[in-house]
Amino acid sequence: MLINLSINGKDVRIDVAKDEFLADTLRAQGFLSVKKACDTSCCGLCTIWIDGKPTLSCSVLSIRADGKKLTTIEGLQQEAAEFAEVLTAEGAEQCGFCSPGFTMTVLAMKSELKNPSDDEIVHYLTGNLCRCTGYMGQLRAVKKYLEVLA
Amino acid sequence: MKFVGQSISKIDGMALVTGKPVYTDDIALKNALVVKLLRSPYAFAKIKSIDTSKAEQLDGVECILTYKDVPQARFTLAGQSYPEPSPYDRLILEDIVRYVGDEVAIIAAVDEKTALKAMKLIKVEYEVFEPVLDFEKAIGHTSVVHPEENLSTNFEIGLQKEKNIVASHRFEVGDVDGELAQCDVIVEETYYTQAQAHAMMETYRTFTYLDHMGRLVAISSTQVPFHIRRQLARALQIPASKIRVIKPRIGGGFGAKQTGGGDVFAALVTLKTGKPAKIIYDRQETFSCTTSRHAMRIKVKMGADKEGLIKALELQVLSDTGAYGEHASTVLGCVGEYTLPLYKAKARRITGHAVYTNKMPGGAFRGYGATQGTFAVESAVNKLAEKLGLDPAAVRLRNIVKAGDTLINYPNHPLGSSTLDQCILKGQELIGWKDKYPVRQVAPNKVRALGMAVTMQGSGIANIDTSTAEIRLNDDGNFTLLIGATDMGTGCDTILTQMAAEVLETSMEQIIVNAADTDISPYDPGSYASSTTYVAGMAVVKAAEDLKQQILAQGARYLEVSAQDAELDGNVVKTLKGDKEISLYQIAELSVLGTGRQQLVGHSTYGNEISPPPFVAGFAEVEVDLETGKAELVDYVAVVDCGTVINPSLARVQTEGGIAQGIGMALYEDVRYDQKGRMQTNSFMQYKIPCRKDIGTVRVFFESSFEPTGPFGAKSIGEVVANTPAPAIAHAVYNAVGVRVQSLPITPEKVFMGMQELARL
Amino acid sequence: MFTLVDLVQPETLEDAYQSLISKRSNTVLGGCAFLKLGSKRIMTGIDLSKLNLNYIREQHGFIEIGAMTTFRDVETSSLLKESFNGILPQAVSQIIGVQFRNVVTVGASVFSKYGFSDLITALLVLDTEVELYHDGRMSLQEFLNQPPKKDILTKVFIKNDQRIASCQSLRNSASDFPILNAAVSQADGRWTIAVGARPLKAELALQASELLSQANVLNDETIEDAAKAASEELTFGTNVRGSAEYRQAMSKVLVQRGITEVLAC
Ligand SMILES: Cc1cc2nc3c(=O)[nH]c(=O)nc-3n(C[C@H](O)[C@H](O)[C@H](O)COP(=O)(O)OP(=O)(O)OC[C@H]3O[C@@H](n4cnc5c(N)ncnc54)[C@H](O)[C@@H]3O)c2cc1C
Ligand code: FES
Ligand code: FES
Repeated sequence: MLINLSINGKDVRIDVAKDEFLADTLRAQGFLSVKKACDTSCCGLCTIWIDGKPTLSCSVLSIRADGKKLTTIEGLQQEAAEFAEVLTAEGAEQCGFCSPGFTMTVLAMKSELKNPSDDEIVHYLTGNLCRCTGYMGQLRAVKKYLEVLA
Repeated sequence: MKFVGQSISKIDGMALVTGKPVYTDDIALKNALVVKLLRSPYAFAKIKSIDTSKAEQLDGVECILTYKDVPQARFTLAGQSYPEPSPYDRLILEDIVRYVGDEVAIIAAVDEKTALKAMKLIKVEYEVFEPVLDFEKAIGHTSVVHPEENLSTNFEIGLQKEKNIVASHRFEVGDVDGELAQCDVIVEETYYTQAQAHAMMETYRTFTYLDHMGRLVAISSTQVPFHIRRQLARALQIPASKIRVIKPRIGGGFGAKQTGGGDVFAALVTLKTGKPAKIIYDRQETFSCTTSRHAMRIKVKMGADKEGLIKALELQVLSDTGAYGEHASTVLGCVGEYTLPLYKAKARRITGHAVYTNKMPGGAFRGYGATQGTFAVESAVNKLAEKLGLDPAAVRLRNIVKAGDTLINYPNHPLGSSTLDQCILKGQELIGWKDKYPVRQVAPNKVRALGMAVTMQGSGIANIDTSTAEIRLNDDGNFTLLIGATDMGTGCDTILTQMAAEVLETSMEQIIVNAADTDISPYDPGSYASSTTYVAGMAVVKAAEDLKQQILAQGARYLEVSAQDAELDGNVVKTLKGDKEISLYQIAELSVLGTGRQQLVGHSTYGNEISPPPFVAGFAEVEVDLETGKAELVDYVAVVDCGTVINPSLARVQTEGGIAQGIGMALYEDVRYDQKGRMQTNSFMQYKIPCRKDIGTVRVFFESSFEPTGPFGAKSIGEVVANTPAPAIAHAVYNAVGVRVQSLPITPEKVFMGMQELARL
Repeated sequence: MFTLVDLVQPETLEDAYQSLISKRSNTVLGGCAFLKLGSKRIMTGIDLSKLNLNYIREQHGFIEIGAMTTFRDVETSSLLKESFNGILPQAVSQIIGVQFRNVVTVGASVFSKYGFSDLITALLVLDTEVELYHDGRMSLQEFLNQPPKKDILTKVFIKNDQRIASCQSLRNSASDFPILNAAVSQADGRWTIAVGARPLKAELALQASELLSQANVLNDETIEDAAKAASEELTFGTNVRGSAEYRQAMSKVLVQRGITEVLAC
């Protein structure tokens, strides 16, 4: 089936299988930042934005994205690098496999929540699993990042 | 120091966080064949017949391989130095399947859909046997998991295959029974630690192809490229010289990737078809068809006098190694190796068996037996303290080994460094031991309580594993550091560069680090056994020193002074008098220009006779809901002695991550099977690793010691950090509600039922 | 992973329904998170996303939630946050994560009658009705007791009757399914108690609700009696997350907490 997508601001028309999910479509299109770590919608590594909302790309049928605006970290390189600066200074990217999806959620949170408390930050980011860091360093980095912005 | 001891960001961090394509599947060729595995639905069965004809006819199917198509040399997937202590007990495919998920056929097709379709078309008839599922009934079971004649071991590990015993272990110093007979108090308890899944975010994956020489290249998400090369050579019966293994960025390991995953299957497909192939385990396969932490039963007997002086300590271990013996004997041995030396009891003994069962194999997992042993021993120490009416911290301070003492595993080497006593004191202060121990009511239904545990590990495998490093001065004055250590997110590429930069007095940017590629890297067993900072680090330091001497000598020659009269100062070699200098750039250029020259290369191979232990004191504060039994971790303080801290921020996060895995083991994680041996916890939906909300606060502190044998005084940190949470949290829960949960994990239901039981008494 | 042979995106509910009943394996697609867990081979997937079923609105004294409304919409809706002291946003907010809740849908969750559902338990203590395309409008309770049948859930109606409500759940890991959940509401002295994840689907504890509604005074004792009654009139089962015995004991605890919380409002 042919669908129209806007990926990181660029319009594309692509052919997808009916039961294809966005994470696979995006990887096939070369957006290799999109990682998958489960088949049960549990890990959050595949997080991208659909019309600006953080969404599990592994769980959305590509066809459903027809006409939508998709954003991956490839399209947010500058914002991502700014956050990466803080995250890496904290040492809170270890294997890094979870980092792009995590960063996408952090950037979404930044625009959705104003002055979030620690609890609100943790709540917003809970859907991003990380097996390496134990989350504390990520939290330190997010708080520093928000401070720097403020 | 300019680099060592500094929180330098990881050199690959920016690429990782901004999503650059640097992992195996990002690099694999798009047209690679997709390899899938048909797996056994039975825990123990023989394949009576297998018909692949229909599947082979399917368009897009490249090949289907069964046990009839594989070489007949048994091998082990354990990534260990040769001669591996793990038995050669598996074939790539065999007509006997030994657990639900064991491989039955390899399918290679143009895409995943076709491969899966083909899989459904393979018809297999099985003769089903009675499986061995309960590891406590494995010894002497009527079913024998490995009856085959040609199973072999490289040396004696106590294998008795007809009894389902893979390995046996015994170590004793002093007269345990004699000492126990004279003790004032004895604690005797049985503890169960569950199988735990590594659950690294990137599952196992390998991409294979033949290069321009017809050699097999495997790009593999592995911690042990050199071991994988040897493994492939043996399994596929081709010379190692025909194989190249490359490790790209890896999405986590924790020991999982110290055991081979899909490498052999993809490699076999590439050899048979000549085509590039890739295998990616899905999450279910990763959970149920690879390895986990060995589940264990540990019986502890500990005796002390009235003053709390521990006199005797005995461990009896039963380890469930599952269907294959990867890491069976060594993990078993490490239960004692990293617990018995910690307390200076006169008599200490460990005996134990690792047994085969028809479940997923156990394997290497951060902590490697020490984690299991620590839960048992530390729980017993806490109980002992209570029995004696003594403070558990005081009991430990009384009995732990100190710097200068003799470790039982190294009778000829006094312990070079330890600040464990300070770690304990500092941890007590930070957690608020004085005010909060043991328990406080904080709300009508809530109590908060403290618990503690201490632990040690090693730094590398003494007398076996070595690491080699090479550093070249390149033609334009920068350096290439060649190592075989495998950064899996741990940051070793960064910290090894820090060490090299420190010695060479250059900058991080001047050093190009290359790891790991078996064609290029010098030999290194890989990153496991907490070896990298200590062993590979020492190799790097020595190689850098070697190169530094050469640079000095070369520079001095150009300056026409003797090497003693010259010094390396950043990018120049100058005379001590300061009257002449030559830049590194010039030295580099002159070393490779013209005749009679020699490029400068520093080199070192390093291995040690000892494995100095890092230490951790862990303190947990939990809040227990008195009505539901749910324990929440409120605060965790870990005070770490890893020797010199090479990179504080990386060491901190390493510790936090290890603690989080320990918290998972303590409270949430549990690999479970149904009655037929099918794993029930094969997804993140059913197997819960801690999420962000589960962790509470974890606070990490360092009490640095200086390890005289380590690079800049460093020891290790990778594994030791995983060990304290389970016993410390169990202790805190006991202090909260009086329930001792001796079988992990500590679920609300276990605590609640325990409380009910107490109420009935 | 399920396979879809064909997919339609009907523009009327009638087309969607006809498509649904025309073949046994034809299936309505909600957010697909749950469908994705299975390996069903679906002849025609019926995508409801072109039917404007994504809304939360107030109309004729009812709050209406369209079938394709996501959990995240429920969680962030100011209308729902202000109604029934925010029980619905609270009930769904614990499930996995934001990016997950931007996917899963209300219609699928209610229609599927999942035993573990946090949403259904909360809806049960409100005056909730569902609208099915074929079978029409009925109370949620009636719908839950019906045998499964092919239909399309189009929306959920909740009478905006100013109830005070509370939901409780007990989880081990915060991102796990609940071991048990419960909800309690009160309006004009009428109490309603529901318990879910037993692990069977949520049910009203009618006797306990009655007991509480009839009580002359509400004190620790009467509350405890009601909570106990609820745990005795309902049945509990065992699965990997908990035994029947534990669930029964927890039912009393959660119901008691629910009542107390409602009283505190
Ligand atoms: C990992 C995981 C964890 C979860 N944890 C929790 C939890 O803790 N608590 C909780 O309450 N829930 C939990 N859920 C369930 C989740 O909240 C949703 O209820 C569930 O995923 C269904 O929503 P969906 O939109 O994904 O449905 P889908 O997968 O799209 O559909 C599910 C079923 O409903 C049918 N269907 C969909 N829409 C309609 C409709 N309008 N009319 C008729 N039939 C329809 C489909 O045909 C399908 O049979 C969890 C789900 C997952 C995958
Ligand atoms: S891949 Fe795990 S949630 Fe999408
Ligand atoms: S950094 Fe490895 S999973 Fe998060």
